[in-house]
Amino acid sequence: MTAPLLEVTGVGKRFGRLTVLDDVSLSVAPGEAFGIVGPNGAGKSTLLNVVNGVLSPDAGTVRLDGADVTRSGAAARCRAGIGRSYQVPRPFGGMTVFENALVAASFGTGARGRAAAEGAWRALETAGLTGVADTPAGALRLLDRKRLELARALATGPRLVLLDEIAGGLTEAEVPALVETVRDLGRQGVAVVWIEHVVHALVAVVTRLMCLTYGRVLAVGEPRAVLADPQVVEVYLGSTIGTDDPVVEGTP
Amino acid sequence: MTQLDAPRTAAGTGSVPRVRRGGRAAWAGGAGLVAVVAVLGYLPYLVSRGTQVDLVGLFALVVLGTMWNLLAGYGGMVSIGQQAYIGIGGYGLVYLAETVGVDPFLSVPVAALVCALVAWPTSYLAFRLSGGYFAIGTWVIAEVVRLLVTQVDAVGAGSGASLTAFSGIEPLYRIAFVYWMSLGIAVVVVVGVYLLMRSRLGLALTAIRDDPTAASSAGVRVTRAKRLVYVVAAAGCGLAGAMIVANTLRVQPGSIFSVDYAAIMVFVVVIGGIGTIEGPVLGALVFYLLQDSLADLGNWYLVVVGGVAIAVTLLAPRGLWGLTRGRVELFPTGYRVAVRR
Repeated sequence: MTAPLLEVTGVGKRFGRLTVLDDVSLSVAPGEAFGIVGPNGAGKSTLLNVVNGVLSPDAGTVRLDGADVTRSGAAARCRAGIGRSYQVPRPFGGMTVFENALVAASFGTGARGRAAAEGAWRALETAGLTGVADTPAGALRLLDRKRLELARALATGPRLVLLDEIAGGLTEAEVPALVETVRDLGRQGVAVVWIEHVVHALVAVVTRLMCLTYGRVLAVGEPRAVLADPQVVEVYLGSTIGTDDPVVEGTP
Repeated sequence: MTQLDAPRTAAGTGSVPRVRRGGRAAWAGGAGLVAVVAVLGYLPYLVSRGTQVDLVGLFALVVLGTMWNLLAGYGGMVSIGQQAYIGIGGYGLVYLAETVGVDPFLSVPVAALVCALVAWPTSYLAFRLSGGYFAIGTWVIAEVVRLLVTQVDAVGAGSGASLTAFSGIEPLYRIAFVYWMSLGIAVVVVVGVYLLMRSRLGLALTAIRDDPTAASSAGVRVTRAKRLVYVVAAAGCGLAGAMIVANTLRVQPGSIFSVDYAAIMVFVVVIGGIGTIEGPVLGALVFYLLQDSLADLGNWYLVVVGGVAIAVTLLAPRGLWGLTRGRVELFPTGYRVAVRR
């Protein structure tokens, strides 16, 4: 077994009296795609905030490539290889789409000049945003803002990408292209932690799935086994996904 | 302007288009700047001493507005305590020139350096606060500095001190020298901020202005960039303070540490256009002209200035330069890609 790239151990986080994360652990191998599902308010985005350093946990540790990064800030973790997309897009509204990606390519990788421009452009190509490169990011519609989140996360040259609901709002025709993009990351050795409500997209990519509810890990393991878990069905899925879903069936 | 040639991507999907950093307006802006500075530089041969003294006030406004814009417009730090550094700059000039015996013209940049050295540790205190608390905190720091300075007998304690180190120079020359020095400082500050904003740090600051959390998640060291801006802005305000004292030859704690400077800086930046390099220069000019033309009105002058501030914020919320809607950029800092489809 390869050493994990990301190792989260016993993480807890409270906002006042509200416990948002309680003893959450997970580990992700290099190049692995790891999925997270759970009802709204389960603490999924908070978990990503703890992993990328926007929030520091009240308990537990976060290790990247064996090194304890629990005390380092978001910028340092980004430079160490963690890219992040936000569920509610946070574009640099006064900058163009290209400049947004350029910030990530310049400061996430330390690249300068031509190399930074190249990295930014490649990320825009992957996210399908080259046509609006000179558009102010604040003027983008929601879908393009989500694409920009992906582009910025990729432009930081990550070893681990945290994706927070990037498929929401995509048309059925667009989902396979996104799935292919995320698979490509795996082929390039980039690990992915992906929070998604579009479960069939998630199941098409991830090798392991975690279900989070009320800040606790309800189940983790092989995706279809987790989705078939009666507890998971009860708290999260209800009847939204059946075993006859073609995408689930079609996945290896 | 700077152009990055188009290299092939590894994937071979196509070339990265050329990245352009400026347009014709930038050349016009540069040429215009040179022309304006040339005319202003020649003025001492043409105009009265009183006009030169007035214009030094304008140059100080340009410096103060540009520095406050750097702090608030790019760094997201709304400081209402920059008078701390205006005062340290002014008093620094007097102390260095009178007590230590340094050449007064050399004392001006040294006083600015002292401001930077004070600002660096102070930032660790001020940065513990954010938003409105930061604003009030900076004001408190300025008051503390003022109270400390009034305890120092070497610079006249509560009653202030005069700058006599220029007395060896004929007033005609002294006024012209101070004028040229001030013009030079204003040009260096504006061009310096322009180059800063075009640099890598400028890219980081623009991202911080728009969303500090997203910037840090993209690898930008937000606090470090802000600290650098705070220190630079302190040095710039110190230069302005030294200019003001070199111009009036007198420093008093009540006036050089006055919170009025904070109000003036906000006015200049908001009227001109926050987050642009052109805006504060335009705002300084507007404030200077208002001050000049309304001097006879006494207290009514403040009423008119307030009315102008209200009118501009209602009618042109992005300031007077904002009316150009980004179509004219005399000092372009962005990156444009020529997309070929």
